[in-house]
This record gives sequence, structure tokens and C-alpha cells, in this order.
Amino acid sequence: MHVIFSLLAVIVLIAIAYAGVAGAGMTYLFGVVIPYAAVITFFLGLILKVLKWGRSAVPFNIPTTCGQQKSLPWIKPNSVDNPTSTGGVLARMFFEVLTMRSLFRNTKLDYRVAHGQPVIRQGSEKFLWLFAILFHYSFLVVLLWHLRFFMEPVPKLVGVIEALDGFFEFGLPQLLLSGVILVAMAGALLDRRLRMPNIRYISLTSDYFPLFLIMGIGITGILMRYLLRVDITAIKELTMSLAVMKPVIPQAPIDPLFYAHIFLVSVLFAYFPFSKLMHMPGVFMSPTRNLTTNSREVRHVNPWNYPVKTHTYDEYEEDFRDLMIEAGLPVEHNPAEEAAAAEGGGEAAEAEPEAPEEKKE
Amino acid sequence: MANPTPKPEQIAAVDHKPPAADWMDTKPEFKPGMFLYAVRKESLEGVGQPNPRDWNPTDADWKLPADWKGIVREGIKERLQRFRSFQIFMDICVRCGACADKCHFFIGSGDPKNMPVLRAELLRSIYRGEFKVAGKILGKLAGGRKLTEEVIKEWFYYYFQCTECRRCSVYCPYGIDTAEITIMAREILNLLGCQIDWVGTPVNNCFHTGNHLGLKPHTYKENVEYLLDDIEEYSGVRINPSFNRKGAELLFITPSGDVFADPGIFTFMGYLMLFDHIGLDYTWSTYASEGGNFGFFTSHEMMKRLNAKMYAEAKRLGVKWILGGECGHMWRVITQYMDTMNGPADFLEVPVSPITGTRFQNSASTKMVHISEFTADLIHNNKLKLDPSRNDHLRVTFHDSCNPARGMGMLEEPRYILNNVCNNFFEMPPQTIRENTFCCGGGAGLNAGENMEMRFRGGLPRMNAVQYVKDRHGVNMLACVCAVDRAVFPAHLEYWVPGVKNCGVTELVANALVMDGEIPRQYNLRGEEVNDLREEVDLPPIQWPEEEEGGEPSEEGGE
Repeated sequence: MHVIFSLLAVIVLIAIAYAGVAGAGMTYLFGVVIPYAAVITFFLGLILKVLKWGRSAVPFNIPTTCGQQKSLPWIKPNSVDNPTSTGGVLARMFFEVLTMRSLFRNTKLDYRVAHGQPVIRQGSEKFLWLFAILFHYSFLVVLLWHLRFFMEPVPKLVGVIEALDGFFEFGLPQLLLSGVILVAMAGALLDRRLRMPNIRYISLTSDYFPLFLIMGIGITGILMRYLLRVDITAIKELTMSLAVMKPVIPQAPIDPLFYAHIFLVSVLFAYFPFSKLMHMPGVFMSPTRNLTTNSREVRHVNPWNYPVKTHTYDEYEEDFRDLMIEAGLPVEHNPAEEAAAAEGGGEAAEAEPEAPEEKKE
Repeated sequence: MANPTPKPEQIAAVDHKPPAADWMDTKPEFKPGMFLYAVRKESLEGVGQPNPRDWNPTDADWKLPADWKGIVREGIKERLQRFRSFQIFMDICVRCGACADKCHFFIGSGDPKNMPVLRAELLRSIYRGEFKVAGKILGKLAGGRKLTEEVIKEWFYYYFQCTECRRCSVYCPYGIDTAEITIMAREILNLLGCQIDWVGTPVNNCFHTGNHLGLKPHTYKENVEYLLDDIEEYSGVRINPSFNRKGAELLFITPSGDVFADPGIFTFMGYLMLFDHIGLDYTWSTYASEGGNFGFFTSHEMMKRLNAKMYAEAKRLGVKWILGGECGHMWRVITQYMDTMNGPADFLEVPVSPITGTRFQNSASTKMVHISEFTADLIHNNKLKLDPSRNDHLRVTFHDSCNPARGMGMLEEPRYILNNVCNNFFEMPPQTIRENTFCCGGGAGLNAGENMEMRFRGGLPRMNAVQYVKDRHGVNMLACVCAVDRAVFPAHLEYWVPGVKNCGVTELVANALVMDGEIPRQYNLRGEEVNDLREEVDLPPIQWPEEEEGGEPSEEGGE
């Protein structure tokens, strides 16, 4: 159900764009209004969500320690996986965000039973990490070279990225690897979700939908560039007009496929702040990763710490005083001794209740 | 009541394939051995917790409070604001499944709802269904579902089948920590009075008597005295520790389980001998006689209420700082919560070892040092007279307890100690130790007696790694620094890896300690004859000196 629905949703979205543009001629709606609305939704939604997260307190210092603590001077601490300093946290976050370090640790359960005896091993499993990291970086590269549609003159750096991306110098227009990898990796992640029974079991519509959506974006993009050869000059005219906030629909006709492409992109932007895609800002704010592990050395303050009802020592002694005295345990108040002291002039009052040995500091 | 626990080969036949039915359409089966008993009424009343009543998880009617839905919704809402961890972990999971096969309960049971991601979804689906527009309107299509009594039962079953070990959080690309989610879920369940007895009753005991077992002050002292008699019998040394003594330099706090049950008592004897050996000026407290904190397994508030005793007692007794014994979750509480909740402990001093002069800068604010840190420092400074060959009959491996590993990072200290007090030390496979360590299967209040099948299943991955080193290196002793481990492992080892025993690190230290005025150590702290143990592993017997009498007070110390 989740899969079919997600796939259908993306197909319907494409159909809507086609119908809207090719059928009803609503180029301004799909070329200007919806993209603007989507971008505004994206930024507003993202900012509001992050602010909401920020308003939620961090009452306790709860990093997951993944390496040796800093304790005795002759034991080497792991300052990245158990960071006691801000620098360490930055290094940990750097590796987490840019190399997906935690995911790189992934293992695969190998569970067998041999002669009635279970044999459990944790095998190596790097595919998820590989798919994920290629997916994200190719997405980034695609985003970066798309800047050429929104800038004039095109910055040097964008040209460089494009040149690197077209490293294979294959085809005309030159094949940009990033787009192909992006679609392939989205496919690989989808394939994994469908074929691994447990991963399929946990998957929701909201897991398939973004994958289909991104694949749709990638495929429409690739088709435009390599097969249909859409009018790139007209497209740039439109995108530049969007960038400078003076939107115009160009005179020259643009293939509806382009409108389908930017409609899907718009949907992705608008969907982002309300979906699991918020893992992008979220990874920076995860308290198990972004806190220093020095809570024994430096006190972490809880903004809503409130007093609680405890059972005090006095209450405890009240409950057990007789038993304690009988067992020879020192007490704060010994009624018998106090009574004797009151009678006999108070010589016992000063003595500490039987300390076995007094040691000097 | 009595349900025969399945045989190991029956339990081992785990199928990790999910069922055909969608997880939102399946319900847990409350099968004996696989769930925990409901908390007794008096225990909730004793600490003023909501909805005390007589009930049973197998009942159809759980006697929830009239407005239970409102309580749950309000409980979730409040916690989303109070805990960023909770808010973010509800929002950002991508269900990549990296955590799925990391949970010991999933590995040992194959129950898909034991995959950390699904355990979290049990709560996340309600968060979406009750708080998110899309979830409210689209329901299942947006991953949301409605709050029903069945959901509460499911929560009770699965959030009391999580040991808050945090192994999944090591592998999660966003650090999503199921322990955090379980903690929140248990807090919310607690608002409805849906608590397990093995958490609720120790909490009530601890609150009133100072320890989970409910040992009253004189009993606590008596128990220690029995152990002192044993020490004298096996080592010839009579130790006279103090209790509740004002003016001692240090207060020592350890889990109460170790004063009571085998094999924890041997670790306890180890503390007594170690402190005597170095002439430490310290005292025990009968009031703060619990290092563990089962309050942590029900709510942050209850954790704070129980933990408050430590600083309060240190202040009353006027000690300089606190030394803490071997315990897992106790050290998570001390490391990540105590100072924040009940500090600042400005009436204490930055811990300095009175024996070596080492300043424990890493605990400059909590003012509490772990016994393994303390002991490692002693050994490093040659302050202990050790004869590691006394442990030669042991082939030792070390279990990193979840909390010291993933909530603290104390990985090398116990290993350093073990390598100095015994000659045969072997590591389990790297994917099962240090930050990757597998839980004992009984943490977070799950070490009860009625859920043995659940425990055996959860303990299987750890036990299987022990089996691995037993097969390869003849390992016969599993050392650890956790009292819950010591309560849990003996049964698990007997069930999964017969022939391997369990001990605390300090027990091995004490066995190797050359005490002043000791008699020939023909017996270990367990009262087992060392030569019998040596024979079991084909070591030649030790020739003990003939004279039984003269061995006693040879000379005072020698120096």
C-alpha cells in the first residue's frame, strides 16, 4: 500500500503539471506561483521547526559515548567519539555530518543455528552507508550546478563543479554523473527498502514518497537534458527572472516536461519541513551527538530543574532510630543519651556518637 | 503460574522474518515468561505515584484513570517541550533500519517490534496521530494511529522489554537513542500507574530504607559483618569498617545487591579488603546504601528523589568526596544526571586520591570517582601488592556494561586492572565489546524472576560472544563492573554457556591482593579451594606451608 500510493502520488503530480501546462496553459501558476510558494514554505517551515526544536530544553547532558573517556592522564582518551571539549564536539559533528560516521559503523546480523547451538556474528555491511553518502553528495552536486540557472554570470566555482561532474566527457550535452548517481542511489535505497523484509516492514508511505519524488525529479531532469533537448535559453530566462524577483514567462515555448520537473521540485521543497527530510537540520541538534561529555567536570544546568520530595536522613533516623542504636550505629539524636545529658549536666552531649577511629586530615 | 522456561535450543530457533500483518495491526501476547508483573499498590502509594490499584497485565481491564487519554496527551506534550531529545527523535527518524538488528532483544526474539526503530514508532505513531495535522487526517497513510487502550498495553509490553542500553544509538546516523524514548514512554505509563513491580517496589524500598532490597540499617550492617567473617576465614585478616561515621574522608556508595547476593557479595568483600589494604579513611552509609537507582527506570523525577541521598549524606557526614562502586546505570546517573539534578556539590572537594595524590579532574564537579578509576590509579602508582598468579586458574573475559561504556566511556580502566590482577585475559569479538557491547539482557529493571524467557532471549547475543571466547580460549570467568550484571549473568551463563562464572572486577583484585598479616590464601573469596580450581584447568597444585597457626600475624606490615 505504502509503495503503490507513493508511486501513484508522484505520477499524479507529473500528470497535474502536464495537464495544467499543456492542457490548461497555466504556465504562470506552475512556473512562478507554485515555485515561489514552495520556496517560501520551505524556508519558513524549516526555520519555524528549528526554532520550535530550539525552544525545547536540553535538561541533561546525554551524549552517547563511543570511545574512551578522559580520566587518568596516562589513559589516552578518544577526543572525537567521547569529546570533552567544544573542538572535539565539532570534530565529532564534522565526521557525523560529512562522512556519516555512525552509519559507517553499521553491521549485519548473521544468525545461524548449528547443531541446536546459536551462532551469532556481526558481519560487515557498508552498502547502506555507500548508498546514503553517494545519494547525498550527488544531490549536493546537482543542487550546486543548478545554480547556473539562477546566476548571471555563472560563478567560476559552478563551472568547475560542472566540469568535474562531466569528468567522463561522454555524450552531448556532456553527461553529468551526479544526476545519474542520484537517481541510481535513490533506486538502490528503494530497492533495499523493498527487498529486505525487515526494512520493508518498518517503511511508511513517508519513506517511499520522497524516494519516488526525487527519482521523478532526477528522471525528468535527465530526460530534459539528454533526450528532449528542451529550450535551455528560455528556461534560463524564466529561472533568472525568478531569481531577480521579476518573474516573466518567456515568449519561446518550454516543454511541459520542464514544468513537471519544477513542479516536483516545488513539492519536494514544500514537503520538506513537514517530513522526515528534516533530518538535515536535525542531525546538528541531536543531544546524543552535539554535547560535550564532560558533565562530571563541568555542571550541566537544567533550566526546569524543580525541587522534589525526598526522604531525608532525619526522617530515616526517625523511622529506624531504635534499631540503629541497638546495632551500634551512630545517630544524630539519641533520646536516652540526651535525657541523661539533660540530667547529668551535659557531659555526653558534645561527644560525637561513637566514631570508631578519628583520623586527622 | 509456573511456566516451564523453554530449552536453549527452542529459544535459539529465532526467525527474524517479520509477519505478513502490518505492525499496526498486531498485538502483543502476554505470555508467561515474556512480560513483567504489575507493580503492587503499596509500592506506588509509598512514594505517592498515580493510580495505585490491584491489576495484572493479563487482565482485559487495566483500570486506567478516567481521563487517561488526556493524561497521555498532556504527558507527551509536556515532555516534547522539556526534552529536545524527545522532540527531535520524534521528528527526524528516516527509518533507514541501521538500528534494526542491533538490539539484543530483537536478535534473541525476532519480534519486529523489538527493532529499535519500531519500538520508537510505537510512540511516534501516536505522536503523529494525535499531534500532527497530516497524521490526524490521513491516519495510517501518514504513519499515524489513534490512542487506544491496546496501545497502552503494547507500550507496557515493549517499553518494558528495552533495557535502555543505547546500543542502537551508536549506529544511528542521527544518534537517535531508544533509551530516551523508552524513558519518556515509561514516564507516561507511570502517569497511568502502569509500572512493573521490579521497578516500583525497589523504588519504594530505596526511598524509605535507603536501598532497593529494603534492608534496614541494622540488617545492612549485619550483612556486611557476615562478609567480614568470611574475609577473616579465607584471608586471616579481620577488617573493621565504619558506618555512618562523621568526619571520614570519603563516603563509599555501591549497589545494595552486592551486599546480599552471590556473586556480588564477593565484589563487596573485595571493596572491604582493598580499602583495608590501602588504609583508606572512608565510611559506609546505611542511609545512602544504594548506588543503583531504579527511579531512573520510571521517571526523571523519581531518579532525582532517590539520588538526592548521595549528596545529602556526603554533606551530613562531612566527607571530602564520594567514591562509587561497580554499577552500570548508577554510573550513567552519576555521570549524566546527578550533578545537574541535585548539585552543585559545592560542599565537597575536587577528588584527590589520599593514597596517590592523583587529582581526579574529570570529576571536579560531581565529586564522585569510580572504583575502577580509583583502583587503576592505585595500581599505576604501585600502591597495591598484587600477586596475579593467584588468579591463574581463571581465564577471564570482560563484559563492558552498557552504561559505563555508552554513557561514560570507561573502557580502559577495568581492562588495565584486569591485566594487572590476572594473567589470562581475552577479549570477546570487537563488535560485542566497548561501545558496541551487548547488554546483559536484564538492565533497566528487567532483571525480575517472572520474565526469564525474555531475559534469556535478551541475554543471548552477549552469551554467544562469551561462548566464542570459551570455545577459543577456554574462558571460564566473565568479569564485569555492574551489579545488575552480577544479578543477571549467573542464570544466563548456566543457561547458555555452562561452565563460565561471573564476577566483579574488584573480586579479582582482592583475590590477587597480598594483604598485610594474611594467612596462605588456600581459598578464594568464594570459599573455593584454589587447588581444586587449578586442577580443573590442569594447573599443578600449590604447596601450602604446613603450619596453620604460625601463618597469622607474621609482622605488622613489614615496612
